[in-house]
Amino acid sequence: MKATEKLQTLDAADDHEYIDAVDRRIIVATQSGLPLVPRPYDAVAAEVGISPAEVKRRMQAMLDRGIIRRIAAVPNHYRLGYQANGMTVWDVPDDRISDLGKMVGMLDFVSHCYHRPRHLPGWPYNLFAMVHAASRDEVMQHVEHISKLLGKHDRGHDVLYSSRILKKTGMRLKD
Amino acid sequence: MDKLDKKIINRLQKGFPISDSPYAEVAEQLGCDEATLIQRLQSLLQEKQLTRFGPMYHAERMGGAFSLVAMKIAAEDFERVSEQVNGFAEVAHNYQREHEFNMWFVLATESKQRIDEVNAEIEQLTGYAVYNMPKLEEFYIGLELQVS
Repeated sequence: MKATEKLQTLDAADDHEYIDAVDRRIIVATQSGLPLVPRPYDAVAAEVGISPAEVKRRMQAMLDRGIIRRIAAVPNHYRLGYQANGMTVWDVPDDRISDLGKMVGMLDFVSHCYHRPRHLPGWPYNLFAMVHAASRDEVMQHVEHISKLLGKHDRGHDVLYSSRILKKTGMRLKD
Repeated sequence: MDKLDKKIINRLQKGFPISDSPYAEVAEQLGCDEATLIQRLQSLLQEKQLTRFGPMYHAERMGGAFSLVAMKIAAEDFERVSEQVNGFAEVAHNYQREHEFNMWFVLATESKQRIDEVNAEIEQLTGYAVYNMPKLEEFYIGLELQVS
C-alpha cells in the first residue's frame, strides 16, 4: 500500500461552487462509471446532447474546481486482500487537531481522515481514520503506530470493525 | 488476476486523462493495446475486483452534503431499524459495526438542510436517537492499494 498523492485539506463549510444544469446531466451520465468504449467522452456527449469538446471542457473544469475529485478506478478492498478495515477513532485536543489530522492522514495505511464532532458523554472521539490491512492483527499494529505518533495527545481511542454491509449504493443524483 | 490486471489497477487509481482516446493513451503507458485495456477493465468490474471506474464526485462541492450518522440499536430491533433506515434514498452506505454504536450510515443529499430533515425523520420513524457526525475538516489523501 502506498499513498503518494498530495495532501489536501478541505473545509466542508465553505467554498461552494455550484454546478449548472448541463454539468448535472454530465454527472448523471457518468456517476455509475465512465463508458468502456474507445472514445468515452464522445459517448457521454451523445447521451447528454452536447459536443464532445464541451463535455471535456466541463469535466476538466469540474476536476479543476474539485467537484470531480479524480477520474479513477476504485479497487474492492476485500477482493484485493485488505480484508480488515477498521474505523479508528481518537480523542485528541481540539486546538491541535488540524496538525494531528494531517499527520495521521499522511500515513500510507490510512484512506480517509476526518475531524468530526464529539457527542459527550457517550462519544468522546473527534478524529476518525480509516485503516486498511490484511488482518485485525495488522490493524492493531497500525493503531499502535498512530498512538505513538499522537503521543500525549492520544487521550483515548477505539477501533470499530464492520461486521456487515447493510446497504451500499453510493451517492446518486436523481435523473 | 495476472500481471497486466495488477498494472491496470495500480495505474488507474492514479487518474485517467480527459482526451479523445484516453484508453489508448493509458494502454500505451501500460504496454498493451486499447482493446485489451477496455476488455480487462470490463472483466475487473464484472468480477468486482474494482467497485467502479470513472469520475468520483465531491458532493459538497455540487451544492449537496454528506454526513456520517451513528445509532445505538438494541439487538432485537436491529433488523427492523436497518430496514427502515435503508428505505431512505439518501442513505448511501450503511454498515453494522461491532460496538455499542452499532449502526453507521452515510447520508448523501443535495442540500445541507436535507441532512437534518432525514435525521429527524429517521428518529421519528425508528424511535432511536441519531448521532450526526458531519465532517468538520477533511485531511484527505488518495489511498492507493498496491497489488503485487
